Amino acid sequence: MGKGDFIARAWRALLYGLMTLFVVNIGLMIAAVATNSVARRWLGTWLPEGWTTSWYLAAWKEFQLGDVLLVTIEVVFAVVFLALLIGVPAAYTLARREFVGKRLLMLVFLLPLMVPPITYGIPLATVLYKAHLAGTIYGVILANLIPAAPFVILVMTPFIEQIDPNLESAARVFGASTGRMFLHVLVPLLAPGILAASLLVLVRTIAMFELTFLTAGADSQTLVVALYYAVFAAGVRAPQSVDAMAMVYMGVTLVWLLIALRFVNPTQLVSRVKEHPQPA
Amino acid sequence: MSAAGTLAARAPTDRVLWLVAPAAMFMLLLFIYPFVYGLILSFTPPQGDWLANYRKFFTTDNLWPTIWTTLKLALPATIINVGLALPIAFMMRVKSRYQRWITTILVVPITLGTVLIAEGMLTYFGPKGWLAQFLQLLHLYDGPIRLTHNYTGVLISLVISGFPFAFLLILSYITGIDPVLARAASTLGAGPREQFRHIYLPLLAPGLAMCFCLAFVQAYSVFPSAVLLGAPAGPTRVISIAAYEAAFEQYDYSLASAIAMIMGFVQLIIVAAVLGLRSALYRGPVSGGKG
Repeated sequence: MGKGDFIARAWRALLYGLMTLFVVNIGLMIAAVATNSVARRWLGTWLPEGWTTSWYLAAWKEFQLGDVLLVTIEVVFAVVFLALLIGVPAAYTLARREFVGKRLLMLVFLLPLMVPPITYGIPLATVLYKAHLAGTIYGVILANLIPAAPFVILVMTPFIEQIDPNLESAARVFGASTGRMFLHVLVPLLAPGILAASLLVLVRTIAMFELTFLTAGADSQTLVVALYYAVFAAGVRAPQSVDAMAMVYMGVTLVWLLIALRFVNPTQLVSRVKEHPQPA
Repeated sequence: MSAAGTLAARAPTDRVLWLVAPAAMFMLLLFIYPFVYGLILSFTPPQGDWLANYRKFFTTDNLWPTIWTTLKLALPATIINVGLALPIAFMMRVKSRYQRWITTILVVPITLGTVLIAEGMLTYFGPKGWLAQFLQLLHLYDGPIRLTHNYTGVLISLVISGFPFAFLLILSYITGIDPVLARAASTLGAGPREQFRHIYLPLLAPGLAMCFCLAFVQAYSVFPSAVLLGAPAGPTRVISIAAYEAAFEQYDYSLASAIAMIMGFVQLIIVAAVLGLRSALYRGPVSGGKG
């Protein structure tokens, strides 16, 4: 008993140690970027020689951050809206009905999440170039919808299964059409799920590099792609202004993730569960 | 529940089925069609016979080794991520005051984005970064520190960006297992280790396989960090770099599609292997224990 106890305790300590190592190093890594973004000159010392905020202004002007942020917002909100518009009804059908070819359809919806984005991104970019959509903001939105719509379906299905089908039957009895039933019964009940799905799609779309990278043109870059080009074409640019931009990027995603975590318990993303009973 | 729904709402004509149509049409047009188009394109090279692209891939010295380069990065990264996430998530399954805080802190690195991780690692892990200065201050290690612009750098960045995702997913699967089962086991005298071995692990197997596949996709399609943190000409020349170069530097969409197809094929082999391994190790209900 004593020996087992010791091993269990050592195991816990090891895990906590690893977690601390992970968190501390990442924290310091972010701190390094943050420090560099407000540093005048920083070469091989503990702290930079002087402080300045001018890199943020430089980054804003140099990388046209205003335009990039505007494009990012347009793309992200269009993707969230369209993904919900086609995803939620599809999730409803998949949760409530059995039909021929349902398994095949589920597979089609699961594949974009299981295949690397580059694999379908390159043929997709070729098709979009043929259709004169690549390089425009519409192409970027369409490309980002491919993983977003299945993701909405995946997240929404358990939420829909939780709703008592009798409510829908009641709405039917009173003569509601599918559309009205959806609008007046399902959407209000699904609000938490819709919120969760849209926030997660939002965070994912902000961070989606590959698809945007493959389909964006010069004036349809989102923040993450503009950031990549800024680093990749570095040399002429001060690393500090790249770091300033990276901090802006982190700020943007972090705000949305924290909002998302406020509404979505991270432990309930995939499967719905009972509350854990407190040990007596 | 869904069976009851099917019965209750069967009465009116099933126009509900049409609700799935827009999403299905969308996937057909923008996922299936480009995929098939790419597949056909890969077999119709501008010069040579229908297999020319694939022959070129497997005989060119800077193309075919990219498969191994990618696997050598993606497999260890995925194993580390899932292997670390599983015990930590298992420890976090019990609801406590700190549970939500710790999970939030562990999940936050998702927001960092590859470029910030790359920049941060170049600054922090670099030869003159804080880590090097700290280690030299304590005289723990005086040699040159090379954690960036090589294999290690890309691997670390894959762990930083991949771990939170694996952790989140496994945590949600673990908390989805009915705790009553574990309490029944503990009544019969099973400690946490026996509970894990005989209750959680078998029930987690499908979720774990899924998580491994999703984490692997993420690591496998590594592109920005391999360029920014690795040595994209040599040891971290991953397959997505080869595909990108073919498409946007040589404008050979046919070859690029072939590389993309090979990439997807290798990915599917790994997924099939993982799923096969799962069913070989454990046979039982595909999903169990959900509340």
